[in-house]
Amino acid sequence: MNIITVKNLVKKFGSFTANDNLNFEVRKGEIFGFLGANGAGKTTAIRILCGLSTPTSGEISVAGYNVYTQTEELKKNIGYMSQKFSLYEDLTIYENIELYGGIYGLGLKKIKHRTTELLSNLKMYELKDTLIGKLPLGWKQKLAFSVAMLHEPAIVFLDEPTGGVDPVTRRQFWDLIYEASNSGVTIFVTTHYMDEAEYCDRVTIMNNGIIEALDTPNNLKEKYSAKNMNEVFIKIARPNITH
Amino acid sequence: MKKFLSFIKKEFLHIFRDVRTLIIIFGIPIAEILIFGFAINTDIKDARIAILDLSKDATTQQITNKLLSSGYFMLETHLQTSDQIEEIFRAGRVKEVIVFEQNFAKRLEAEGKADIQLILDASEPNTANILQGYTSNIIYTYVNELNNLLPQNIVINSTVRMQYNPGMKSVFMFVPGTMAIILILISALMTSVTITREKELGTMEVLLVSPLHPTHIILGKVTPYLVLSFINVISILGLAYFVFGLPIKGNLFLLIAECLLFIFLSLSLGILISTVSKTMQQAMLISMIGLMMPSMLLSGFIFPVENMPDILYYISFAMPPRWFIEIVKDIMIKGSGLQMVWEETLILIGMTLFFIAMSIRKFKIRL
Amino acid sequence: MITVSNISKQYESVKALTNISFSINDNEIFGLIGPDGAGKTTFMRLLTTMLLPDNGLIEANGFNTVSDYKKVRNIIGYMPGRFSLYQDLTVEENLNFFASVFNTTIEQNYDLIANIYKQIEPFKNRVAGKLSGGMKQKLALSCALIHKPEILVLDEPTTGVDAVSRMEFWQMLKRLKMKGITIIVSTPYMDEASLCDRVALIQNGQILKIDTPENIIKSYPKYLIAVNAKNKYKLIHDLRKYKNSSSVFAFGSSVHVTFKNNNTDIDELKNFLISEGNVEIDINIAQPDIEDCFMELMKAEKNE
Repeated sequence: MNIITVKNLVKKFGSFTANDNLNFEVRKGEIFGFLGANGAGKTTAIRILCGLSTPTSGEISVAGYNVYTQTEELKKNIGYMSQKFSLYEDLTIYENIELYGGIYGLGLKKIKHRTTELLSNLKMYELKDTLIGKLPLGWKQKLAFSVAMLHEPAIVFLDEPTGGVDPVTRRQFWDLIYEASNSGVTIFVTTHYMDEAEYCDRVTIMNNGIIEALDTPNNLKEKYSAKNMNEVFIKIARPNITH
Repeated sequence: MKKFLSFIKKEFLHIFRDVRTLIIIFGIPIAEILIFGFAINTDIKDARIAILDLSKDATTQQITNKLLSSGYFMLETHLQTSDQIEEIFRAGRVKEVIVFEQNFAKRLEAEGKADIQLILDASEPNTANILQGYTSNIIYTYVNELNNLLPQNIVINSTVRMQYNPGMKSVFMFVPGTMAIILILISALMTSVTITREKELGTMEVLLVSPLHPTHIILGKVTPYLVLSFINVISILGLAYFVFGLPIKGNLFLLIAECLLFIFLSLSLGILISTVSKTMQQAMLISMIGLMMPSMLLSGFIFPVENMPDILYYISFAMPPRWFIEIVKDIMIKGSGLQMVWEETLILIGMTLFFIAMSIRKFKIRL
Repeated sequence: MITVSNISKQYESVKALTNISFSINDNEIFGLIGPDGAGKTTFMRLLTTMLLPDNGLIEANGFNTVSDYKKVRNIIGYMPGRFSLYQDLTVEENLNFFASVFNTTIEQNYDLIANIYKQIEPFKNRVAGKLSGGMKQKLALSCALIHKPEILVLDEPTTGVDAVSRMEFWQMLKRLKMKGITIIVSTPYMDEASLCDRVALIQNGQILKIDTPENIIKSYPKYLIAVNAKNKYKLIHDLRKYKNSSSVFAFGSSVHVTFKNNNTDIDELKNFLISEGNVEIDINIAQPDIEDCFMELMKAEKNE
């Protein structure tokens, strides 16, 4: 079952085509890696899928909603987390969760219940009255991910969620992603860590506004006769460089 | 030196590439002057006045004639008692009442001085102020003429009473006031913002690591704004003088020198702000709220300092624009020379030195 | 030669660096590798005389970074982490400006930056704000090199940059090294460690290890295996349940596992996984990489 379908997505800014006829589907519960060089058009596409930007043309549906007309419903059914904006530094953990719960219209009872569940899962319950600013980066990112899942969205968009995080915490973060995916949540993730591309069920690689490749990491490695995703990526993004 | 010049060139490029900055720098001063300027009614002719002559002697008659022949005034009526003053104002028949005290000529002869009272309808403050200016001027000229003839100097004290709007804001106030605000805005706010912008971009680190001396960095940042502020001073004065006919009675060079002093002061304040703020936002907040607001409210620009509660009155002493506005008023309107404004000037110089010293102490050659 | 002796630096209550000592040889590419907050930027700021140490001494080519800071500034090229040039100036204007600030011209040191600058020269009249990430990075590097520094300090030049531009950037660094420049570079990407001559692994203001990447990998103390199975999520769970497993982490295409004692029987593990219901199991002995080493060192640090 497809939770995201994108048909002939085109997005132009004046004469510049940021997304040139994209076609892909994302299946429910899969970890979908969205890779590409800086400026390849990833951010533009994510903004469209999240209902923040209207495409120039194309048929796009996300979690069953139309990105042209049903952006409000769409936003209620997705979660979003990026490296740049995670949580309010000057609020405590609980206050942040309460805030996001409130934004998504959860009742106070539900917020309390979800907070307990979420924080005990992260083994951070005792810290619930700590200011976010006092937490190490890795913890913040894990927490931000859980908060993005607070309203039990069908899809979570993660924009470079692990940038600058230490290797152990990075893996703990991926444990959370696996867990969410296992419970049926679809994960749409971008990253510059090529080893993380290997953790995805399927990976797309964008270049110059088009999708150059879409397959499982193993199939891609086979197809490009590469020993890891890093090589695949380099072969796609700079086909003229020989190794 | 070449380093320094290329730094200044870079600063100008920043300014000219950013349309918004240009608008702030050149648009706002001109807009402000025009808005204030057109609020003034400069064309006053045949204003109706009443005269209450309690002396009725030759001198008062002469002064009355001088006033009425000036073309600015038209006599509505002669009043008989002071009770009628209130009444005639209420009826809206006159803009000004001139009261000669009893035994005017006799006192002038015996004591060498006499009093005239000018009562004005200040519900139209601009008109009132101009009328008062004309009246005082005519009386002053008359006294001068007399003094040239007489062996001993005489004085006529004219006391002015503003009816209906006693804390009247003077139109002459707005030029010095606007000038002070604009100079603070451009010099202090813009400098502090451009220096902190380098901190935010991370370019400040590179500049500090370079052989460029920190003083060069600061001077390079400040020089363009010195030039721009100066251009603004000239254009404000030009607009005020040529378009709106405000007088510049004192020495123009003294006036410009005082303006330069105030620009230096504002620039040093800007540098000081930039040394204590880490981000552009912080610099803007400090400049806007910490500097602009008190400058406008406590300098006498909007509210006369004399009417302030004691605490605010004393706080206003610490506001550089307060002194600057006073200096400019004195030079432009009263025609004072340096001997009249040296105290205020010294205060400004002192403040400038203080801010520069503080900035030097605070400016770090490191992060 | 850069010598660092007993350097400590604290910001309010946070210890950024705790008593670190090491040296960096002439003409090597020295990597500072560690996550955000490890102390990499603090070290670079101390070295570039931007900060004063609380304790200790750094000498760069014989000059003390505190007392001789002016001389140090003359021999160092520095590219700060968030360095983003003047967005409203063109490529050429940026470069000319930095050249004149350092008392030189583009022409004088052209041979040093030629390789890099040629790639951005077609865009020399474009304002820096409109350049792509990779181009910006090249311009920033050109600006840092314009005065022919003896030591080049690059604070996370590749963070947030895609894998291809990263690779090109490292190729540029290799070429600069051949021109005799000592390069100190920090990165959060562990895979870039292998591109350095020597690396320091840093965590929480302390140096976990300093050595060549090869030696660090050689000294990896544990027996490491890579496991694969159809359902990776289940596989990780089951491996963690296994009585003898010590660390279990997804690693590239497989799962890396270390053990509490090093003579674990692979067959026994395989049988355990089969009994838990895993299919398509594949177990191999794995070659550790820097990231494995880093994680192991982090663990050792914690246990101390």
